Amino acid sequence: MSARVWKFPDDVNTDDIIPAVYLVSTEEKELAGYCFIHMNPELSRSAREGDIIAGGENFGCGSSREHAPRAIKGLGISCVAAKSFARIFYRNSINIGLALVECPKFVDEAEEGDEAEVHLEKGLLVNKTSGREYGFAPYPDFLREIIKSGGLIAHAGREKKR
Amino acid sequence: MAQSITQKILACHSSRKEVEPGEYILADADLFLGNDVTAPLAIKEFSESGAERVFDPDKLVFVLDHFSPARDIASAQQLSVTRNFARKQNLPHFYQEGKGIEHALLPEEGLVLPGDIVIGADSHTCTYGALGAFSTGVGSTDLAYGMLTGKVWLKVPETIRFVYTGRFQKWADGKDLILYTIKDISVDGANYCSMEFQGEAVNLLGMDGRFTMANMAIEAGAKNGIFAPDDKTAAYLQTTAKKAGRDPVYYSSDPGAPCKDVHEYDVSLIEPQVAVPPSPGDVRPVSELSEVNLDQVVIGSCTNGRISDLRTAAAVLKGRKAHDYLRLLIFPATERVYMQALSEGLFEIFIQAGAVISPPTCGPCLGGHMGVLADGEKAIATTNRNFTGRMGHPGSEVYLSNPAVAAASAVKGRIASPEELDI
Repeated sequence: MSARVWKFPDDVNTDDIIPAVYLVSTEEKELAGYCFIHMNPELSRSAREGDIIAGGENFGCGSSREHAPRAIKGLGISCVAAKSFARIFYRNSINIGLALVECPKFVDEAEEGDEAEVHLEKGLLVNKTSGREYGFAPYPDFLREIIKSGGLIAHAGREKKR
Repeated sequence: MAQSITQKILACHSSRKEVEPGEYILADADLFLGNDVTAPLAIKEFSESGAERVFDPDKLVFVLDHFSPARDIASAQQLSVTRNFARKQNLPHFYQEGKGIEHALLPEEGLVLPGDIVIGADSHTCTYGALGAFSTGVGSTDLAYGMLTGKVWLKVPETIRFVYTGRFQKWADGKDLILYTIKDISVDGANYCSMEFQGEAVNLLGMDGRFTMANMAIEAGAKNGIFAPDDKTAAYLQTTAKKAGRDPVYYSSDPGAPCKDVHEYDVSLIEPQVAVPPSPGDVRPVSELSEVNLDQVVIGSCTNGRISDLRTAAAVLKGRKAHDYLRLLIFPATERVYMQALSEGLFEIFIQAGAVISPPTCGPCLGGHMGVLADGEKAIATTNRNFTGRMGHPGSEVYLSNPAVAAASAVKGRIASPEELDI
């Protein structure tokens, strides 16, 4: 199944990802309907399972609203690749199991609508349209444990059993 | 190893003698905070985990401030989720509609002390660094984890020092320093770092000014903003309620504590600043923006809604009127500030100037209610963010300033400094 790249600029903020007026639901599928609703309304209409968001510097800056990565996850986005991430968005995504990849070269060279794939275990992003492959650094051990558990709350459950 | 104030607080809360920037720790927090937007998601996670009682009810604070009083049915449902949970858990620190905006309320209640770790599901939780606490914004799942375990995972930040010297210009204050700083280093210039604020100018700043500066540390991408607690901090703590149930710890950075960078500013060169939409980092001197006509002025918020902010606004507005067709909206940040402003006669000044006075709420700051903007409208606000669509329609625009500039702008109907009013 082909996954397409949706490209975004630098400094995408969490108001862009989901405006505050829509923070009245806790359901990912519902939030997904408002994801990037002003910046790129096509995304919530046409995104398919596995698609990849390619962002610039400081992706996800602004508010701490966890609804932002949840809206992205609700669309079935397989990963957000960006040149750099804002810290609250980063930790929220780890905590809920949305894959984030810091890979400036992939973002720079990807074009809107390119076909791409991410292989998280191998640490590889593949731009199928251009044929280029990009490696990315693995998560630090501490964070890998959280992701392996399936998110922070699942991790808490596992830690409690020890 | 020499440690920064932030490193010392983090080490103490993770049973370590010292910690190094870059390492991941699991720390005990003194306080976890949620509001009516972020708590419902945390409560859902908490309940789905099968847990029944929170780890320590004394260390949890819920404040209903964002879409409160209930903006519409959906918000009312969300407010009641948080309210019902607070009742069921018998939470001692639950603040309903009108009590205050969280980041102004918690210090008044004496819930945050020097040396604390405060973890809040709201990005402006960094505000409490003004008290010499380590405080940082996180998401709802972090809050749920804290409700379950009393702990938070953190990456130890590097420190960047910001040193301010000289005397303030007449109408400039802490808001102008932080806006100027964010412009200087950019909106991700302090990404993942601790911003340590120092220098004779900030030593002269009252607590309100320090809260304002620490409040906007996140707008530079920082993990936390922090002031070393001093006599001013101690004097402030004498005036607050005493709900914390623990003692303050006065840390300061060791001489020679490692830091990534040092930025120095002569504040006598900093005139009042205004952040131009759509970025808190696109900051210009107020004198360069007099062509911008305005439809709305918002004075208040967790950034600048404290009593000294309202006094400054009142000093500018006294005997003057807001410009024709311009809406002037005032948001005292807490019930105490509201009552104090009332008793000092500030409300009379505001109302005679044509202002609308709101109960304490975040309201229009995030485009929630109580002053949302229409397409093409421009506002100046003493809030902390001006992203596209922040205060309403995506075709509206928000400028950020200190209270004196906002008040003068209300009178002129365009961006203006109080210098133009011959005060």
